[in-house]
Amino acid sequence: MGSVRIAILDYGAGNLTSVDLAFRRIGARAQVTADAPAAALADALVFPGVGSAASGMAGLRRSELDKVLLEGVRAGKPVLAVCLGMQMLLSRSAEDGGVEGLGLIPGDVRLFTFPPAARIKVPHMGWNTVAHPEKHPVFAGIPSGEAFYFVHSYYAAVGSPENVFGTSEYGGREFVCAAGRDNIFATQFHPERSGEAGLQMLENFSKWDGRTCC
Amino acid sequence: MLLKRLIVCLDVRDRRVTKGVRFMDNRDIGDPVELAEKYCRDGADELVFYDITASAEHRPTDLEMVRRVAEKVFIPFSVGGGVRSAADMRQVLLAGADKVSLNSLAVQHPEILSEGARSFGRQCVVLGMDVRFAGVSASLPSGYEVVIEGGRRSMGLDAVAWARRAVELGAGEICLNAIDTDGVRSGYELDITRMISESVPVPVIASGGAGALSHVADAFLRGKADAALVASMVHSGEFTCGQIKNHMIENNIPARRQFVRKKK
Repeated sequence: MGSVRIAILDYGAGNLTSVDLAFRRIGARAQVTADAPAAALADALVFPGVGSAASGMAGLRRSELDKVLLEGVRAGKPVLAVCLGMQMLLSRSAEDGGVEGLGLIPGDVRLFTFPPAARIKVPHMGWNTVAHPEKHPVFAGIPSGEAFYFVHSYYAAVGSPENVFGTSEYGGREFVCAAGRDNIFATQFHPERSGEAGLQMLENFSKWDGRTCC
Repeated sequence: MLLKRLIVCLDVRDRRVTKGVRFMDNRDIGDPVELAEKYCRDGADELVFYDITASAEHRPTDLEMVRRVAEKVFIPFSVGGGVRSAADMRQVLLAGADKVSLNSLAVQHPEILSEGARSFGRQCVVLGMDVRFAGVSASLPSGYEVVIEGGRRSMGLDAVAWARRAVELGAGEICLNAIDTDGVRSGYELDITRMISESVPVPVIASGGAGALSHVADAFLRGKADAALVASMVHSGEFTCGQIKNHMIENNIPARRQFVRKKK
């Protein structure tokens, strides 16, 4: 086939069925794995996750997939982090009383809070539009303003503008929904649940060399 | 900006999609997986599958169908019918569903809502509510009562009170189905939709009665719903999801336009 082999990291943070099926749908050679040595052989890594930051980090360390991820980042392998996966890339999270993150992207993870009178519902759930500068190869063919599917109560307060790849608005507030650096691309939304636009993004990721950036 | 959702409901019996009027006289519509793919292509934002005979036949949800849908559908979908425990919920989620819809079970065993929210997150727990107008009284301040078993059994519960309690327990979303209008295509019951939308801090899906484009727009504009569920309207072939979306956009209701992926 000649295409890259993608490892979907299974560290016990939620159900990876839909991520796996979405990669299969676009014909990518992806495999869910909980085995660190096997994951280390892949050409690209997907770091998904739903659930809480504390149990996510604990599961990541227990499975030793954190080492695979950090080594993959150093080696220049394309890395796609989704939802909790994105949040865990940051320096720390306010969830579960405060959790140390991987520190790959400067910034911290905060709970969405709104004045009660505003009647803004948390979690932020549903399709929301994503604004982006239409430069990153993982966004290729996807116009700014396209909608993606979100489910989250915490958001990534990314520290530096150079790490921001896309933004959304909720409850009158702008937040970062796509971030990264070098060979890392991370989304708060779920491409595997975002219909054809999401599949386009996964296809773009599966072809990305991790070098060409914006 | 968070968009308003259009949800297509597929009632499944013997692995075929059917649609009835007020839960009776079911008519064959087609294969669930083929229809699911069609509605996705056409711009549906989400799908709901009800295994409508599972409970009556005392069997678990048809997980094979859920798996087949998950292979073809890359938008969120929820599944209801035949779920009797948190263990059943887990099976449905592992088969690929994003959410589980609980209806009669939640009324009879409300603790399932808390158990589901604790185990899987409240975003996975949808309360399905069937309601019927019974007149305002001391025990029914909203005038609407909760019914189960396809409307055959009244539970003497006020619809708004139950919605509030269910959300406190763990429901992350409410699908409000007015059974007097289900399949009748005369429009949603907007009063109770608005009352519940304004009473709970979770998204509310209007269900039961959509037959015209204006009905869907009214669910948002007058019913204050976060999502509108349609079945007969699109199953009949009279309207497409795309047409409904266009109507929403024309009425300044923020809606998702269909994205077309480049073919290789």
